[in-house]
Amino acid sequence: MKLTLTEEQEMLKRTARDFLADKCPKTFVKQMEEGETGYSRELWQEMAELGWMGLAFPEKYGGGDMNFLDLAVLLEEMGRACLPGPFFSTVILGGLLILDVGSEEQKQEYLPKLIRGEKIFTLALTEPGYRNYDASSVTVEATPDDGNYIINGTKLFVPDAHIADYLLCVARTRPENGITIFLANAKNPRINYTILKTIAGDKLCEVVFDQLPVPRANILGQLDQGWSAVQKIIERAVVGKCCEMVGNIQRVLEMTVDYAKERKQFDRPIGSFQVIQHYCADMATDVAGARFSTYQAAWMLSEGLPCTKEVAIAKAWIGEASQRVIALAHQIHGAIGVTIEHDLHFHTRRAKAAELAFGDANFYREVVAKEMGL
Amino acid sequence: MDFSFTEEQNKFRQEVQNFLEEEVKKGYWEPACDAWVQGFDPGFTKRVAQRGWIGLTWPKEYGGERRSHVDRLILTEEMLRYGAPAACHWFGDRQVGGAILSFGSEELKKEFLPRIAKGEAYFGLGMSEPGAGSDLASLQTRAVEDGDYYVINGQKTWASCASFAQYFDVYARTDPEAPRHRGISEFIVDAKSPGLSRIPMTDITGTEAWNDVFFDNVRVHKRYLIGEKNRGFYQVLHQLDYERSGMERLMGNYPLFEAIIQFTKENKLSQEPVIRNKLAQLQIEFEVGRLLIYRVALVMEEGRAPNWESAMSKAYSTEFENRLASVAMEVLGPYGQLMSGSRLVPLRGMASHSYLGSKGYSLQAGTTEILKNILAVRGLGLPSS
Repeated sequence: MKLTLTEEQEMLKRTARDFLADKCPKTFVKQMEEGETGYSRELWQEMAELGWMGLAFPEKYGGGDMNFLDLAVLLEEMGRACLPGPFFSTVILGGLLILDVGSEEQKQEYLPKLIRGEKIFTLALTEPGYRNYDASSVTVEATPDDGNYIINGTKLFVPDAHIADYLLCVARTRPENGITIFLANAKNPRINYTILKTIAGDKLCEVVFDQLPVPRANILGQLDQGWSAVQKIIERAVVGKCCEMVGNIQRVLEMTVDYAKERKQFDRPIGSFQVIQHYCADMATDVAGARFSTYQAAWMLSEGLPCTKEVAIAKAWIGEASQRVIALAHQIHGAIGVTIEHDLHFHTRRAKAAELAFGDANFYREVVAKEMGL
Repeated sequence: MDFSFTEEQNKFRQEVQNFLEEEVKKGYWEPACDAWVQGFDPGFTKRVAQRGWIGLTWPKEYGGERRSHVDRLILTEEMLRYGAPAACHWFGDRQVGGAILSFGSEELKKEFLPRIAKGEAYFGLGMSEPGAGSDLASLQTRAVEDGDYYVINGQKTWASCASFAQYFDVYARTDPEAPRHRGISEFIVDAKSPGLSRIPMTDITGTEAWNDVFFDNVRVHKRYLIGEKNRGFYQVLHQLDYERSGMERLMGNYPLFEAIIQFTKENKLSQEPVIRNKLAQLQIEFEVGRLLIYRVALVMEEGRAPNWESAMSKAYSTEFENRLASVAMEVLGPYGQLMSGSRLVPLRGMASHSYLGSKGYSLQAGTTEILKNILAVRGLGLPSS
């Protein structure tokens, strides 16, 4: 057992933190939230040059040959910086899924472009009324038509779809037990996007497929057999989201402790009051629990070990722990923390969105209950 | 990072489990909540000692096995899982032995460590006093030099395992003129010493949980001073870090956890969404606590005394134990109120016992409030209040 990072991971962490402190100040985050595309092409390219997109992909596609745990370290720093943009959609939801189930030809075709930062990917999974992350909730249909499939229906909360080059669309190809993943050209005019205005200021889209033809050759993995791949990618997306959340609340803890040391009332720093100290202690405990449970899941994924329970524990814990941390951070910051000028709201808004993403604590408690044999 | 155990560690865990399974099968004892502090069984302690499992981390020359703190955590985790009666040796093994090892003279190490490791010397603690609880530095028990001896007068309270203790680890004031943190010393006192008397105290569950220990001109030879004179307060802080570090803070009532899960399965209560949700939440909290405690063992493995880390894990974990007891009571409904020995009592009365007993979990070895102070000031660097 070892709960510390390797020297290489520490270096990656430091590099990422310094780079993002420089390139991604909150003024930049705000600008991206207000802008239409939600990311900066220039920064995207720089990230690609640092090898970030390719970090966890094999060398033969131009990747860095590192593992999911290394990616976890990077995601934590991105969460800390509230980095806007399509990294998560492109790398986790898109790239890792292609790596999992794509044919060698598809991997050769798409992964090098992804790794070089030339193409943006995302996953169109959730739908209106979709809550349970199960196959039966997928209603968007793909019907065969000559050498093509025709996709019809509406996907919801698709991250970064408006700027994506490729959409990985999870569609129903048989009324029962038939889910297939299609790789669609996102720029096809038969796809309509509406950007939703979200709490986190990220770009989640409503995506409407209106008779979209996708060549049969663009099926990722096997026809009708796509769901297990989707489940696998959800598992990693959950843990990836947890990593971002760890970075987020770690930063919130630090900001809050710093503020409690500086802010004076009644002629003394408020951090010398026991009630504030206990709030901070509670925050630190929640963050530590989140960190260890998240990294446990990330490590298990990285090692290829079965970890349904550990993933569920990580997300259930951090979903609620992050809300407690944020609430106390606001209480300690006082009124300044609820102003738009202060940085705290960036973290507050993202923590809520992340809590909702890929299932909340109640959802994962049910997963844990099943794992307990209840 | 690596969240796995080595093959050797897994083998060791299996070995401990086999031993405990066998003990239960032979009917030597019945798994119980709080058995680590309330289960006195000299035979069990002797059998544990024969396997070399007391003083596991200590150097071999003092009867230890020089194994890692993670190994010791594996051992204690299994003892707690099985609710094994380990109270005779728990304090000597967990903290007094470590205190002697860290601060004691060579003579003291040779005299006590091998005997603790053999399961032949049981220790109780003489820390708290009626007027010195959370504010331990205000303790009033006096130790006055008289030739080669110290003469101790005063009263200790909340002394766990005291009825069975053969020795006490006692903190007494040796310099009343010095600032209060700098006038305290630590002694080993033989429980048979003339002038030492004990009065048992019964806790809310009806269990004899502690003793008041009275010192009336108790003479202790100077060689039983642990460490330096007047450095006792700093030594006790170190010892408390160890006292708080372990799995007993999370798993003190673990037998109840397994029993209540089993109970809901057998009674189809596990189909009810609210109960599923609550039990799953307990499982989540348990697993998180377990990681916080393994972190503490890894800190010790680096050769550091855990400080705010064990304050964190202890504060967190006793709150878990409280919630476990509360959820168990909720699940049992009106049957929850039945006490051990009653007709119809479910789960051998573990729920009601643990519910009542859990009120003390977050007080002993540092209240949750004191622990949060430590975490805030020493862990986060907030200014002292």
